[in-house]
Formats: sequence, C-alpha cells, structure tokens
Amino acid sequence: MVQTWLAYVIAGWSGFFVMAVELLGGRLLAPTFGSSIYVWGAIITIFMLALSLGYLAGGRYSMMTPSVRRLGTILIIAAMTVVPLLLFAEPMLDAMSLAVPDPRFGSLLSAFTLFFVPTFFSGMVSPYAVRLLVQDRNSSGRHAGQLYFVSTFGSAAGTLLTSFYLVLLLEVNQILLGLLLISVAIGTCAWFVRAPRSEIS
Amino acid sequence: MNRLLLLTAMVCLLGTTIAADAEQRLVHSERSLYREVLVYETGDVRCMCFTRNCRVGRQSCIDTRHPDRIVMNYPKMMLGALFVNPRPQSVLIVGLGGGTLPRALRQLLPDARIDVVEIDPAVERVASRYFGFEASDRTHVIESDGRVYVKRALRGTQRYDLIMLDAFDHEYIPEHLLTQEFLQEVKSLLAPNGVLAANTFSSSGLYEHESVTYEKVFEKFFNLKRENRVIVTRLGPLPDREQLQAVSQQFVAAFNKYGFDAAELLPLFTTERDWNPNARVLTDQYSPANLLNLEH
Repeated sequence: MVQTWLAYVIAGWSGFFVMAVELLGGRLLAPTFGSSIYVWGAIITIFMLALSLGYLAGGRYSMMTPSVRRLGTILIIAAMTVVPLLLFAEPMLDAMSLAVPDPRFGSLLSAFTLFFVPTFFSGMVSPYAVRLLVQDRNSSGRHAGQLYFVSTFGSAAGTLLTSFYLVLLLEVNQILLGLLLISVAIGTCAWFVRAPRSEIS
Repeated sequence: MNRLLLLTAMVCLLGTTIAADAEQRLVHSERSLYREVLVYETGDVRCMCFTRNCRVGRQSCIDTRHPDRIVMNYPKMMLGALFVNPRPQSVLIVGLGGGTLPRALRQLLPDARIDVVEIDPAVERVASRYFGFEASDRTHVIESDGRVYVKRALRGTQRYDLIMLDAFDHEYIPEHLLTQEFLQEVKSLLAPNGVLAANTFSSSGLYEHESVTYEKVFEKFFNLKRENRVIVTRLGPLPDREQLQAVSQQFVAAFNKYGFDAAELLPLFTTERDWNPNARVLTDQYSPANLLNLEH
C-alpha cells in the first residue's frame, strides 16, 4: 500500500521537477542566447527527446527486479545530475556560445549538454512506476491512466508555480536546489519501504 | 423632450465612435518570428505598433508631413544624453523601433559610427519602408538579441562613446536585458567617459527594482521622468547643471528642427532618489521583470 502511494508521489513529483527545470532552463540560457522562440524550441526539443529515450530505458529497466527503492534511486540520480547546472552553467554556456555562434544550434547544444541527462532519468520514472503499480492485465489501463494523470498534473503544477510565483520569490539556483533536495528526500523515503513479496519474485 | 435629448446623445455617441474608428487607419501589417508589426496612421501621424489597434503603447511615430519632427517624448529625453557628451564618435543603439533615434543621431553626428542592434528583421523592413530609416556604411543594423550582441562585442575591441538601450515596451520586457550582469556588460562596452541612456519604466512595481539595479552598477545617474523614465549616466562623475546648460546651447537649433526646445530637457536632469533603496536588485538569477511590471 505504502509502495503504491509512493510510486504515485514519485511520478507526480518527477513531473513537477521536469517542468520546473525546463522553465528555469530558459532563464539560464537567456543571457547567452536570448529568449527567442528558437531558444525555447531548442529547450523543448531536448526535453522531449530526453523524455522519450528515458521512457524506453525506464521500461527496459523495469524488467530487472523492479522495486520502489530503485524507483527512488532513479529520482535521486535525476536530481543529482542537476548539480553541474548549479555549479557550472555560466562558464559552460559561455564556452558553447563561442564554439557554436549560431544562436539556434548554440542553444540546442547547450540545452543538450545541460538538460539531457536529468531529463532522461526523469523520463525513466513513469514506465518504471507503471510496472510497480500494475497487478493484472485487467486493471493495467486504469493504473497507467492514473499514473499519467498524476505525472502530468505534477507537470502542470510545476509549470504554474515556477512561472507565476517561485521566480518572483527565489533565485534560479535556489529553486533548483530546493527541487533537488525534495527529490532526494522523496527518493530516500523510498529506501525505507519494505518491498512486498510479489515484487521480489 | 427627454427622448429627443437621449436620441441626440445616442447619435453623438455613435458619431464619435465612427469618427474614432475612421481616425486610425491600418496602413501595413506583417508577421514576424516575434510578433505582428503594424503601422497605423492617425491624420499625419504614423505609428509602429506591436498590438492590434495600438491598445498598449506606440513603439515609434513619425509626422508624415514633417518627418524631422520627433513625435513622442522619450526619444527627446534620450537625445538629452548628448548634453553629457555632445560628440560621440561611436554609438550603439539596442532596439531599432521606427528608427527615430538613429535617424536623428545620423543628422546630428554626421561622422559617427552608429550600430543598431535589432532582433527582428521585420522591424527593420518596416522602419525603412514607412519611417524613413536608412542603413548605410556608417549606420549598421545588426540582427541579433541585444545581450548576445553585447557579450560578443565585448570579445572584440570596439567600444562605444554612447550606448542607448531602447528594447522594451509596456507589454513585454526581455528579462535578460534588465539585470545587473547585463548592465555590467554594457558598462564594460563603454569607452572612457562613455555615456549610457536607457528608456525604462516610470510606473509599476518594476520602477524601484530597476532603479536600485542601475544604482548598483553606475552609482549615480540622471533620472529624467515624464510618462517614460530615461536614465542617463556615464563613466566617471556626472556634469553639473551649468555644464549641461552650456552644452545644451549647441543643440538649440537642431532640436528646434525636431520640434522641441533643448532647454525644456534641462530641468529633467535630476539625480534625486525617489525609490526605495532596499528594493531587490535584478540579477540573472532573479529577474521576474514582467511579473513585477504587473504590480502597480
């Protein structure tokens, strides 16, 4: 029961996390590349690409002794891969704008370098959580539907809160750090859940 | 009797609405990557707008009968920057609009190099076609984001005696052009004794934040206020009132041609602080300029 609940929480939070990072990504790129539609296009492209590949990987990974603990670990890894952003975003962006002066491909390369890895791991969460939630074929669609709901609702909340309120209260790096800490806290909770027998088999 | 009055009132009302509609005529519109660029004419005054019916703010206007006349107030205040340095050899303007400023500066400074950074090629097309703007070998237009250009220019050797920031409108502000880091970059791009003039906000919650941000980078500045606020500052100490007045004499004839009196600008040159000095400074990490602009 706790396990089911946690799988939903992790999926919902991961949705929140991805969209918050995506919006803040626009903020990080703007000083170097501007905030034109193609800068946003580059960011969204990389997020979609990373998510799509993350889905594939998460589905595959769910075939190897899945557990809520491992789901929590994925969440923690996704959060930890944001750390380089906190530390090196500016010098990295400067270097990339020098290497690729065209603002379209410069921002595409930058979005790839900065956001691909965290978003890839975030993408792994949803299919992996489906595996933990589905008990039988009959209810599989319902569980998948509920999971999409939670995850996309989390994304909506992350988008709204970040763009309407968080940027008005906090600095970009403070928000990123907060997101990271919440991910680590939730992921750590997952470590204390005892896996039911059905998951061990 | 009452009914007749009502009827007359209605006819009048109808009449004025029709007149108002007839007054403003859409001359041209074109869509760009960024927006719709519209040209409206009201009598002899032709304006560039980014919103239908010019609901919020005209970007730039020209008097079609007297193209030299400067219609709007803020370009006049921007030209006041010349009182601080009357002979800049090189000028950078961020934001072309209808090209009022580069057009006037071209006449006032025949030998100067003028670089204009404009993100939207449609704006340049419209400025050339409808607002008498002309690029030339001494007036370059660079199609780029303002900040991207400034960062790039810093790697080269070109520095500017005068930089004018005119990239905002009431509706949308590029938030990366309002931060302490950006102003620091602009400051580094100024030549010794270089002058900065920035068209900014006079109302809204943004005023205080913007003021403290400029203060942080430039310490002191002239705060020219009418419906817009124009910030004028330079590297090194600001001139006093007598010096400003002396230099302004050189521009009396020229500004008369533009339809205003050089002396009318002088009282606007104040360094008085009328904002909360504890407001939060805008930085690349904290720049919710558009959200702050919503607060009044």
